[in-house]
Amino acid sequence: MNAVAEEIAAPPLVTEVAFRNFNFYYGKFHALKNINLEIFRRQVTAFIGPSGCGKSTLLRTINRMYDLYPEQRAEGELILGGKDILSRGTDIYDLRAKVGMVFQKPTPFPMSIYDNIAFGVRLHEKMGRGEMDERVEWALKKAALWGEVKDKLGQSGMSLSGGQQQRLCIARGIAVKPQVLLLDEPTSALDPISTLKIEELITDLADDFTIVIVTHNMQQAARVSDYTAYMYLGDLVEFGETDRIFLKPTRKETEDYITGRFG
Amino acid sequence: MSMTADSMPGMAMGEEGGKMAVMPPNKPVKAVSSSLGDTIFFNITRAFALIALLMLAGIIVSLVYAAWPSIQKYGLPFVWTSDWNPPAEKFGALIPIYGTIVTSIIALVIAVPVSFGIALFLTELSPAWLRRPLGTAIELLAGIPSIVYGMWGLLVFAPIFSKYIQPPLGATLGNLPLVGKLFAGPPIGIGLLCAGIILAIMIIPFIASVMRDVFEVTPAMLKESAYGVGATTWEVVWNVVLPYTKVGALGGVMLGLGRALGETMAVTFVIGNTNFLNSASLFEPGNSITSALANEFGEASPGLHTAALIELGLILFVITFVVLAFSKLLLMRLAKGEGSKS
Repeated sequence: MNAVAEEIAAPPLVTEVAFRNFNFYYGKFHALKNINLEIFRRQVTAFIGPSGCGKSTLLRTINRMYDLYPEQRAEGELILGGKDILSRGTDIYDLRAKVGMVFQKPTPFPMSIYDNIAFGVRLHEKMGRGEMDERVEWALKKAALWGEVKDKLGQSGMSLSGGQQQRLCIARGIAVKPQVLLLDEPTSALDPISTLKIEELITDLADDFTIVIVTHNMQQAARVSDYTAYMYLGDLVEFGETDRIFLKPTRKETEDYITGRFG
Repeated sequence: MSMTADSMPGMAMGEEGGKMAVMPPNKPVKAVSSSLGDTIFFNITRAFALIALLMLAGIIVSLVYAAWPSIQKYGLPFVWTSDWNPPAEKFGALIPIYGTIVTSIIALVIAVPVSFGIALFLTELSPAWLRRPLGTAIELLAGIPSIVYGMWGLLVFAPIFSKYIQPPLGATLGNLPLVGKLFAGPPIGIGLLCAGIILAIMIIPFIASVMRDVFEVTPAMLKESAYGVGATTWEVVWNVVLPYTKVGALGGVMLGLGRALGETMAVTFVIGNTNFLNSASLFEPGNSITSALANEFGEASPGLHTAALIELGLILFVITFVVLAFSKLLLMRLAKGEGSKS
């Protein structure tokens, strides 16, 4: 009964990111094989799979981080907001403003907490001090960090604890108001309490942003994500709603991985 | 230098003390022999550390002692008197001091941006196949003996410099107000500017390879996160890599400055070795402390002349010390400005 009501109330799913016949190479190594996948707007999508399966590689194509490394290249189509971002005309700096990213380890910039947030915003928008103050406060509040740092915005971002640093990085990522937020194993370097905080945060952030998370931790994927993609050796094995993937996977490989018989 | 001297023995003592207090409960059986071994090791290493301290003190004392006749006779005005006339026993150190400082400043002004560019290119922009040969070439440049730089400077660079570089410099920058005075006068090649440029070429490999090394230790993930918010290569290097590595990068600059201040042979070849300075122009030949020493020590008569030369050496020592102390101070202020960095 409730489920039916919810389904009716939920807005229709919009595709935010789409991979079409997508292939990725590290030099000669074929790392991602013919991926077809849709990521829906304002949903949390988790990529799971054993180490080396290509889940981080797939995540890092969405903001074209691989461009930094000349030996890495992508083929096929990767659609974001209706445009193929692999095409030549793509403004990569603009793309990265639309797609924020948070890494395995906290990576605060060597500057104050305030500037950590303002740095990215300044690159893309011109605004006065007052407006910037508001933006910094907004981002820190969204990242559930404001209460802890509001009295020491001038201090170095590196002076915070690991969990706080990671939330600072999330705040930094959302401060430029991206459409998509990429999280590459965001809690792998954190203690359980900080992990819990980040997971709660991810659920809240999904109200405003499309979130893609790579995780080694299947419980985490089950807890935070709406959709799950299981990958193995560069193939997308199975994709679907998280509940279905975890409760009744259609593929044997997925079931083996999820039940811990493998991986 | 006194900072290092103060902190080092203290640190060694503190660590050693801690270790000895902890060791016995951990390894009760071997306690006697290992603590004896530790004691011997401690004393030997301490002796080595103290030798460095003694050497430093010994050099300072002997410099002051040997320079004493000159210090006594000329006093502090020695530093700002420009007369240097050995037969008349008139000695003033202004010209060599000026030459040393000015050539080093020229060298830094040229070398720091160039080295930064080299390091940036090597770490962030260079295609992989070019990275190694280029890096090796820069390290090889650092290995060229300074006398080779000097000969090359005198025989090859100075003629080219006077023919093709100085005239256009004089015709353009020379016409500017204030700055113009620095680029006035006849283009004779050898002189302060020429020496500064040769010094720059000599210190670029040092600064560039230190900067490259420290840029390389910046975690890839940190750089990626800056690229990830849409920063360009320049913005990443300027706002993230450089602040992250500032201690090391400044260390590289100081290494280069130290070398520029102390460089003798190459400078002697191209600075002109004259103790007269007729104008503020950098085209003028001049002298540096090190080249004055190299040129005159052999023929200096014992007495005031020798004492004055040794006092020059003492002054160079003081300049180097001030530069080092200043850079430490700068680093401390940088660290403070950034808040409590871990």
